[in-house]
Amino acid sequence: MWEQISTNRTRSIILVVFMGAVLIGVGFALGDYFFGTPYGGIAIAAVVWIIMTLVAYFQGDSILLATAGARKIEKKDHPRLFNVVEEMTIACGLAKMPDVYIIDDPALNAFATGRDQNHAAVAITSGLLQKLNRDELQGVIAHEMSHVKNRDVLLMSMAAVLLGTVVILSYYFSRMIFFTGGRGSRRSNDSGGGGGAIIAIVGILFIILAPIFAQLLYFALSRRREYLADASAALYTRYPEGLASALEKLAASTNPVAKANQATAPMYIVNPFREKGRAATDLTGTHPPISERIRILRQMGHSASLKAYEEAYEKTAHSHVLPHSALASSTAAVDARAPSPEGAVEEPDLTARTRETQNMLFGMANYRRIDCSNCGTTLRLPPNFTAPAVRCPHCGTINAVK
Amino acid sequence: MIALIIILAVIVILFLIFIGIYNGLVGLRNQVKNAWAQIDVQLKRRYDLIPNLVETVKGYAKHEREVFENVTKARNMAQQVASAGPATRAQAEGELTAVLGRLLAVAEAYPELKANQNFLALQEELTSTENKISFSRQFYNDSVLNYNNKIQMFPSNIIAGMFGFTVSEFFEVKVEAERIAPKVSFT
Repeated sequence: MWEQISTNRTRSIILVVFMGAVLIGVGFALGDYFFGTPYGGIAIAAVVWIIMTLVAYFQGDSILLATAGARKIEKKDHPRLFNVVEEMTIACGLAKMPDVYIIDDPALNAFATGRDQNHAAVAITSGLLQKLNRDELQGVIAHEMSHVKNRDVLLMSMAAVLLGTVVILSYYFSRMIFFTGGRGSRRSNDSGGGGGAIIAIVGILFIILAPIFAQLLYFALSRRREYLADASAALYTRYPEGLASALEKLAASTNPVAKANQATAPMYIVNPFREKGRAATDLTGTHPPISERIRILRQMGHSASLKAYEEAYEKTAHSHVLPHSALASSTAAVDARAPSPEGAVEEPDLTARTRETQNMLFGMANYRRIDCSNCGTTLRLPPNFTAPAVRCPHCGTINAVK
Repeated sequence: MIALIIILAVIVILFLIFIGIYNGLVGLRNQVKNAWAQIDVQLKRRYDLIPNLVETVKGYAKHEREVFENVTKARNMAQQVASAGPATRAQAEGELTAVLGRLLAVAEAYPELKANQNFLALQEELTSTENKISFSRQFYNDSVLNYNNKIQMFPSNIIAGMFGFTVSEFFEVKVEAERIAPKVSFT
């Protein structure tokens, strides 16, 4: 995977340098306007740039997890999810297990973030956690883990944070135009004529640039890495069908992710945006079409190797997708395994999984649970509930609250 | 003079290649060792889970004595060969997996047991441990394949021979029933 890792590193550096150039350009224009000399502006821009890069590097993952509304969970909160992440850590040979986060959102999606293999996190929405059986969950987690393993996570987090900053700056600039635009013309005698015009131009430029940045980012975070992550997921789980059927469920959902935005969209396993009420089946732009991803996985047949994925891709798209280094590092033929046996390994059904996830979310919100002494219904008490007894809504029994 | 420089350069380059291959071999050997340690951890985890599981099932299904005995026997057998090589161990572990499958299948016939929280938690742990064993075996075998290829292929085989790097054994489970749940009928 060295080829992929070094391209990721190069791209991260290009991204940082590019952002620096833009910021210094802005600093130049603003410095000229406010201080009469460009150097002050450039100095401030350089400081902003360094701080921004350092923050994106060291805090990028926590910022993204926080903006996505993700909360860290422990093993006791959801043993199955935790176990699946542990299993995939072993399967891909990572030295350290990523932290596990949950996003309380009925939409179906997941992402991975972090700066390297030892500082990584995977996040999944509660909606997706409810919908997937164990094999499918393994597929999705394996996909996210291979982003960690292939070291896509640093570039993705840096890009999202830096882009997010640009989006915010462009928003404030657009406000500033109306604000300083008028003031600038009044001050035009002491700052030398075109000051107001310059800042207006810079502001407008920023507003135009931000969406273009978004597009650039989408190209930088090329679709290829999604295909490579799919291929690696099939290899790690030895079960392409798991991810394929998970993607099917992801595609069928019409809920957009509430806290996703322009900057974070490319991180997710499938595009988090939906046209109103429409499924995301072939919504493109940030992601390869889901139907194609499913088709490729299904065409792998009884093999789970990267080579089988490459061949399946060639059949659909008539071109190559996986880097040569990845293909060279796994030469052996790998057979896919059978689906997890139902019955002996009892798989919780949708209702059980929903209850499990709800219990976890209420538990994380510090709700207490007591069982009704008469009918056994589980009653959830909010943290600010102080009454000494509660009435069961099912059978009307009064239960004492300990 | 020029000839001397060329000879020196060739020696330096050869030496660098030598270092590269040697370090590569050591790295692969360590990866095999790590992967083996991971299998070991998961197998031990399974030994620890079994007595709890047997006790829980016993509370509900007292009449399945034969199954309990088989599980305990297979566990003890597997533990006895815990320091043996991959082949012996894989054999014992394969058998243990098969009888464990039977134990879980027995639980199917006892609805109260299936609803028991303690049993469900144990079952999740066991399922996951089984998965972890098979994933660590998968990673171990991949590592062994890489390592063995390096040892046997030219030119790294020369250096491997000089420093006594030996081929590692695969961890292969021959028991067919391993992933297939046995069907038990109570009629």
